[in-house]
Amino acid sequence: MAISAVGALEGPPVSVVDTGRLSAWGQFRRNRLAVAGLAIVALLLIAALGAPWLAPFDPAKQSLIEKRAKPGGKFLLGADEFGRDILSRVIYGSRVALVVSVLSVAVALTLGLTLGCLAGFLGGWTDVLVMRATEVLLAFPYLLLAIAVVSALGPGVVNTTLAVGIWGAPTVIRVVRGAVLVARETEYVSAARALGATALRVLTRHVLRNVLPTVIVYSTLFMANAILVEAALSFLGLGVQPPTPSWGLMVSTGRDLLLVAPHVATIPGLAILVAVLGFNLLGDGLRDALDPRLRGRI
Amino acid sequence: MLTFLVRRLMLAVPVLLGVVFVVMLTVELIPGDAVALMLGEHATPEAVAKLRDYLGLDKPMAVRYVEYVGRVARGDLGRSIQQNRPVVDELGDVWPATLELTVAALVIAAVVGVVAGLVSAVWPTSLFDAVARIGSLFGLSMPVFWTGLVLIVVFAFWLSWFPVGGTGSVAHLVLPAVTLALPSVAMVARMTRSSVLDVLREDYVRTARAKGVAERLVVSKHALRNAAIPILTLLGLQAGQLMGGAVLTETVFAWPGLGRLIVKAIFARDYVLVQGAVLVFAVAFVLINLAVDLAYGALDPRVSRQG
Repeated sequence: MAISAVGALEGPPVSVVDTGRLSAWGQFRRNRLAVAGLAIVALLLIAALGAPWLAPFDPAKQSLIEKRAKPGGKFLLGADEFGRDILSRVIYGSRVALVVSVLSVAVALTLGLTLGCLAGFLGGWTDVLVMRATEVLLAFPYLLLAIAVVSALGPGVVNTTLAVGIWGAPTVIRVVRGAVLVARETEYVSAARALGATALRVLTRHVLRNVLPTVIVYSTLFMANAILVEAALSFLGLGVQPPTPSWGLMVSTGRDLLLVAPHVATIPGLAILVAVLGFNLLGDGLRDALDPRLRGRI
Repeated sequence: MLTFLVRRLMLAVPVLLGVVFVVMLTVELIPGDAVALMLGEHATPEAVAKLRDYLGLDKPMAVRYVEYVGRVARGDLGRSIQQNRPVVDELGDVWPATLELTVAALVIAAVVGVVAGLVSAVWPTSLFDAVARIGSLFGLSMPVFWTGLVLIVVFAFWLSWFPVGGTGSVAHLVLPAVTLALPSVAMVARMTRSSVLDVLREDYVRTARAKGVAERLVVSKHALRNAAIPILTLLGLQAGQLMGGAVLTETVFAWPGLGRLIVKAIFARDYVLVQGAVLVFAVAFVLINLAVDLAYGALDPRVSRQG
């Protein structure tokens, strides 16, 4: 998977300033879809951070006479089964979505970087063991590993985060290990070692720097998947528990009203769609700007 | 070819053993007394003793693992706690429904995805390509359970074309299968487009065109054949995506399959049943990807020659 590192090493030595290529940012900016993705992600961040000021109502405040109110009027996006404002709950729901996905990316990266470096550097039995474990985790169909973890640990935000993070780790492990293996054989790493650089320094200065674009792209695309998996677990009742406003949970509770008030279930689902779309567009754009060779591989 | 086959089969064994280990581990992770949790407070002492004996919680983990592998290999997945029936029988009742749903979705994903991707790649600046690319981005971003609900509102409530849920006829299958297939259609279309575009840039395609081969044959004989391996790999991986998605789709459409069984079993704290169902899904996924690996050999002679 160390596409970037391999390519960088095999490329011809660049001695002249390459004016034909735009900088990564320049390339990113010219990609309209990527900029749209960035805008959506920025909007999500603003919604999550500014929820108390942006939400027109208290997301937990019930008003039974106004339950299932249609969109428009007092409640812009309508009200749910308990007469709670859906817009406010969608805004607060962005907090759950972002917190769970950011933390699960953190879990995946921590596990992935540690185990990937260990496997790549130590080689031998450690490598065999880590890679076999990775294969086993990848053998679980999408969502089922997360379901298995949550069913054992119990539902809730923390366990959902752990479940999603563990699910994302194997890919990071593979990418990092690949990069370490490639870098180990290079002359500049031998030179750095000969000059007395410690393993940790070689790792951070030479190896991880090579793998950074791949990790950034993967993390962004993984955010999209993490939001989807969190929503799915919460929809099944295995993730975030009520009354916390989670988008997946809102869709699930709105399901019983589908015939009489379809907006209660469908509007929070739209929020999931937009958020996931934002991270997918941003991730695709980053990949094309940072490392087009990854196209079709991540 | 035979060495290649045997090698791939041998490689699957440690993965399967690992899968069984992880599935066993899920019950280990349950905080507190798993047996008391599963059977509830009104359990008879005999039931508790029997389940303890089955799970073997007083033995060392390594011993338990070996015993568990032995039982699984003999097809004994324990007894479900709720129904007090062999788990194998419970799974046997529901797996055909899940198979029907996932196969239908896989066929939709393969046919629609490959055709859309191919058309996109052959006319890469057309309106169709633009629509297909945006459409597949949406397809990748839609939560399966939400797509299902939206389809129910539109096609079952408003238009009354299809039933809301349940099984029984082909009409019952349409909405769940489409719901489950959409993200995979998007993935397959994207992958087909980029693989075929890559192949169309190859020298041998230029040669074929230069010597006057009809464009239709260039696309079908050269482009699609060479793009087949990444597409096939993706379809194998999509099988996993579909199994996970089946849990959601079955819940939305009240489809009586493995996915709905798992969710019910989790809420009933029937961990033995959960273990069995997860194990069946994971083993099926491993075997499907093994089959895909073996199919490479048939598609691309270079693969089997390398071993």
